[in-house]
Amino acid sequence: MPRAFTPKVITASDLLEGDVIYLTEDDTWSRHLTEAEVIDDEAHAQIRLLDAQSQPDRIVGAYLADVTIGANGPEPAHFREAFRATGPSNYNHGKQELAG
Amino acid sequence: MYRYSDFDAAFVAERNKQFRAQVDRRIAGNLTEDEFKPLRLMNGLYLQLHAYMLRVAIPYGTLRSAQMRQLAYIAEKWDRGYGHFTTRQNIQYNWPKLKDVPDILDALAEVEMHAIQTSGNTIRNVTADHFAGAAADEIADPRPVAELLRQWSTDHPEFQFLPRKFKIAITGSPNDRAVTKAHDIGLRMVEQNGEPGFEVIVGGGLGRTPMIGKVVRDFLPKADLLPYIEAVVSVWNTLGRRDNKYKSRIKITVHENGIENIRELVEARFAELRPGFSGVDQEILRDIEAQFAPPAFTARDTDGFTAFYDNDPVFRSWVDTNITDHKRADHAIVTVSLKKQGDTPGDASADQMRLLADLAEKYGYDELRISHEQNVILPHVPRADLPAVHAALKAYGLATANIGLISDIIACPGMDYCALATARSIPVAQQIATRFDELKLEHDIGALKIKISGCINACGHHHVGHIGILGLDRAGVENYQITLGGDGTETASVGERAGPGFAYDEIVPAIERLIYAYLDVRDSSEETFLETYRRLGMAPFKAALYPEAAEKHAA
Repeated sequence: MPRAFTPKVITASDLLEGDVIYLTEDDTWSRHLTEAEVIDDEAHAQIRLLDAQSQPDRIVGAYLADVTIGANGPEPAHFREAFRATGPSNYNHGKQELAG
Repeated sequence: MYRYSDFDAAFVAERNKQFRAQVDRRIAGNLTEDEFKPLRLMNGLYLQLHAYMLRVAIPYGTLRSAQMRQLAYIAEKWDRGYGHFTTRQNIQYNWPKLKDVPDILDALAEVEMHAIQTSGNTIRNVTADHFAGAAADEIADPRPVAELLRQWSTDHPEFQFLPRKFKIAITGSPNDRAVTKAHDIGLRMVEQNGEPGFEVIVGGGLGRTPMIGKVVRDFLPKADLLPYIEAVVSVWNTLGRRDNKYKSRIKITVHENGIENIRELVEARFAELRPGFSGVDQEILRDIEAQFAPPAFTARDTDGFTAFYDNDPVFRSWVDTNITDHKRADHAIVTVSLKKQGDTPGDASADQMRLLADLAEKYGYDELRISHEQNVILPHVPRADLPAVHAALKAYGLATANIGLISDIIACPGMDYCALATARSIPVAQQIATRFDELKLEHDIGALKIKISGCINACGHHHVGHIGILGLDRAGVENYQITLGGDGTETASVGERAGPGFAYDEIVPAIERLIYAYLDVRDSSEETFLETYRRLGMAPFKAALYPEAAEKHAA
């Protein structure tokens, strides 16, 4: 039996800044995971990935990342995505800096 | 020190101009990422977890004060005010913006630096003994040869699409501080009947298949170096596996074909290539050598130093730990630790870089070195000036007396920055260093090299750490494997895995148990961790790491 589809978001790097961005429902890119479109369906995921990859002058390296659903929306399912959503642990740089 | 020729300057300027146009085309949407990626990598630009990263070469680890000041300027103007020195004598900027990179490269070119071939399947930055030109144990300064190799390998038409990256290291001393046996080619300067030459080692490497290099030629006359190296790379370029990137490095080629076969093929290719080298390369080398003439050393009285040494225990501790004998008795080699306990190994702020540049200019004949162990070296300091240098370093958090000790840890950037990493390494290094500083055990433990990699690719050299730590992703959780008994020097060996890995919050206590076990079983305070391990083997350390298993076994 195929494994059940787990919720995902589409994430990439911003072409100019190089930082982490997420695809939203209205086809814009957000710097906040909580604003990402949560995708529950395999077929829709593949279509949205194509949508993302069709913007090569805006983003680099789009892929599907697993999330869990928390009180404020999507949360990283894996520690790698948690670091991408936060920033490095040795300095207050990256996204954690924006969060104040 | 080497100064760019008109050719060098024009070449770098042209490459920078090309890259500027490539960046413009990428931003304008005229190049896809697939098209752009190999171009940016050729110029040292990576895209990592949180941002772009620019890797700048510091050929053979040598810098002038003006270059160090420019690195500080770049860090402040286009990055986050610091730089990260790496195990291959590069500096990495972790936060550049794509549109700024061409300006950064131009700023580097102003001080005769570049990021060419710091990535991609090319011959990478040639690394050298960081004490080159200063060490008391040196046969000859290896840097002129390293510079010759830089010029030969840069944009070499045959070697721009190699099976994989290719790394060369060179040392002029019998004490190997350049990890030559863990490089694709390691060169050791040797003499035979008064004639200078090289022992050529091939097929060393770390990564997922660690190998100690094998001697392919025990004595290569100096004048044969370029054709011989060209023959080695050429043989590998033909045989090296392009079907599987994990089997593509020359260590696998040597392993699969055997050193004898490789030697025969290399000698045959060398015989073809040698006549093409008419001696122009040796003329160029002589020009380069002239530029590496030692500085005009000033004879200095050391009485003031001795008085200071006898009376100031903090200074004495720093001298005992961070100072190495210079070839002149009235001078010393100063290793400045970028490993203050709790700080990120290898990071220096722009202010620290400027101070180091000032000290080099004022006290050190304008010379600086970067070591593969991620520290900065002032290679020629009169002993009489050591107290002043120490006081200045102290004011900038750079006087930590820990070179070669447990907190002098090599750590790769790991998952805090690197897109390839499977776990973090920096915080593990920070916590180990902080813990043993709290325990005040560091100096009692003595010489010990801990090296940490955040993935199997082993940028943190964990295989050759006396204690190696490898961070992995085990079922979605960070997990750390320990290896013991590795050695990156002339007595090189690959560490042996101790057993199952440890969770992130278990790794520091595990290292602590390991160290207490060592302190218990060493035969005297003179016996180092590595010597103890070599005498007793894995058993006492395994028992300390896995006490539950040991109890079960006993019952």
